Amino acid sequence: MTEAVIEVDGIEKSFKTNRALAGVSLRVERATVLGLLGPNGAGKTTLVRILSTLLKPDAGRATVAGYDVVEDAEAIRSVIGLAGQYAAVDELLTGRENLELVGRLYHLSRIERRNRAEEVLERFSLTNAGDRPVKTYSGGMRRRLDLGASLVGRPEVLILDEPTTGLDPRTRIELWQYIEALVRDGTTLLLTTQYLEEADRLAHRIAVIDGGRVIAEGTGDELKTQLGGAVLEVVVADSSKLEDAARWLERLGEGRIRLDETRRLVTVGTEGGARVVVEAGQLLVEAGIEIDDIGVRRPSLDDVFLSLTGHAAGDGSETEENRKQGGTRHGRA
Amino acid sequence: MVAPKSTHSSLSLGQRVSLGVSDIVGITYRNLIHMVRTPQLLVFSGIQPIMFVLLFRYVFGGAIVTPGGNYVDYLLPGIFIQTSLFGGASTAVGLSEDLKGGIIDRFRALPMSRSAVLAGRTIADLARNILVVVLMLLVGFLVGFRFHGSAAHNIAGMVLVVAFGYAFSWVFAAVGLMVKDPETAQIAGFLPIFPLVFASSAFVPVKTMPIWLQDFANVQPVSVTIDAVRDLVTGVPVGSWLWQSGLWTLGILVVFIPLAVYRYRNI
Repeated sequence: MTEAVIEVDGIEKSFKTNRALAGVSLRVERATVLGLLGPNGAGKTTLVRILSTLLKPDAGRATVAGYDVVEDAEAIRSVIGLAGQYAAVDELLTGRENLELVGRLYHLSRIERRNRAEEVLERFSLTNAGDRPVKTYSGGMRRRLDLGASLVGRPEVLILDEPTTGLDPRTRIELWQYIEALVRDGTTLLLTTQYLEEADRLAHRIAVIDGGRVIAEGTGDELKTQLGGAVLEVVVADSSKLEDAARWLERLGEGRIRLDETRRLVTVGTEGGARVVVEAGQLLVEAGIEIDDIGVRRPSLDDVFLSLTGHAAGDGSETEENRKQGGTRHGRA
Repeated sequence: MVAPKSTHSSLSLGQRVSLGVSDIVGITYRNLIHMVRTPQLLVFSGIQPIMFVLLFRYVFGGAIVTPGGNYVDYLLPGIFIQTSLFGGASTAVGLSEDLKGGIIDRFRALPMSRSAVLAGRTIADLARNILVVVLMLLVGFLVGFRFHGSAAHNIAGMVLVVAFGYAFSWVFAAVGLMVKDPETAQIAGFLPIFPLVFASSAFVPVKTMPIWLQDFANVQPVSVTIDAVRDLVTGVPVGSWLWQSGLWTLGILVVFIPLAVYRYRNI
């Protein structure tokens, strides 16, 4: 059995009436990446804040590198690096000054902190911008510096809270490459994200979190299998027939059925294979429902998320809409 | 690979203190860099008290009768304390800006001393305060203020001015950590200062106020400290104000340093 560097056992946390974490348990093994995937308000940041000792849990136990988050908070702070949404860099300081300040607060010697700052600037391609105030940096450079600052103390465990939220796609992919390099070096990493693609790409294991609970855990592939081997997609010609089509296709599916009215799309989790496509086609023709398109594909993590939670992993408005859709479908099934 | 579990608890008190001092130096340095790189803030924190000097020296001053009759010597100690207090209030704004920007989270997740962020902030604000008070001294000389005390008394008076402002910095540190946003902090910092400065002996003799207000104005810390400074720099025999003011300053530090640190730990 491999060594768990982060162990979380039944952590609960409430803010007034809002139950942010309702008993979360997970473990992250040495030199692996756990992706904590969930929508806004799922409790990801609360968990990150507890693990990085910024917040005390109401109940449960968690250890990082063998230290208890409540009893040994001070020790944890010297073995973790925190970056992302809620950690920040100083706008008025230069990149180098930021890194050297963090080095000083890790109690590194003057020479050490100078060398580490230089190393980090180089690693994140910021050498040329190193002596400019951070307020002149682009969003991507700022995140890189933020990520770099979390590495100055050579932490055993790295915690990244939504490291690419708010970045444009190109900058996001760029940042992924830097994170992937860290992963290759064997960093133990806990990464929270709203992006399925991000979890799929960077994480060895994924824990799906929603409403303060872990609702599924496994590798990306395991989670996809959980949904059924494949996803059948049918686009109907007439959107008023969408519900009808769904009723017929329910017989073929194993997972939950989803409707997308704007795209006139019905999605069903199935075993897959050509047989399903033929059967589905026959069923709909017999029912007199005209179809524009039909096909089978491998499920994406989006499908997993939707089938697990009944709403997408996207932002609030999208979530609300999907929740309603998922709700009606669920009621009928 | 894994650090031995005993490293942290095994640090001696001396090592902890020296690391804590190093943390404070780091944070102070960071805040001083901020000051140097936002010179406009420094300029504006000087303009307001200058306007008060000119306003009271030349507009209201003629109508205010003070014991001894020399209003400019009466006014300036009040201006010094007012300046020092407003300087202290900027601690609330600075801290709440750091909170909002998220950098406090980074600091709190680092293995640094828990009080260093606050100490570094108040010390940097103290440095700026000294600068502004020196500026006010120069402006005071220009409009006719003169020291009349002995050198030791004059120096003691000015030290009391900045020490009192420093103590209030800790009050405002607690305020800044409580309100958590810079705009609110600005107002929350200003509100308590306003009655303390204006219902005091800063600009007019307390004896000209209604009795009920005199009762407040005579005992509150700002009046007491202004009177102490005034005694020191105008060369009159130093009365009981001095030790009362010293007690207030110490008392504020004793109450508000732990309170602010507690707030910081439990943000």
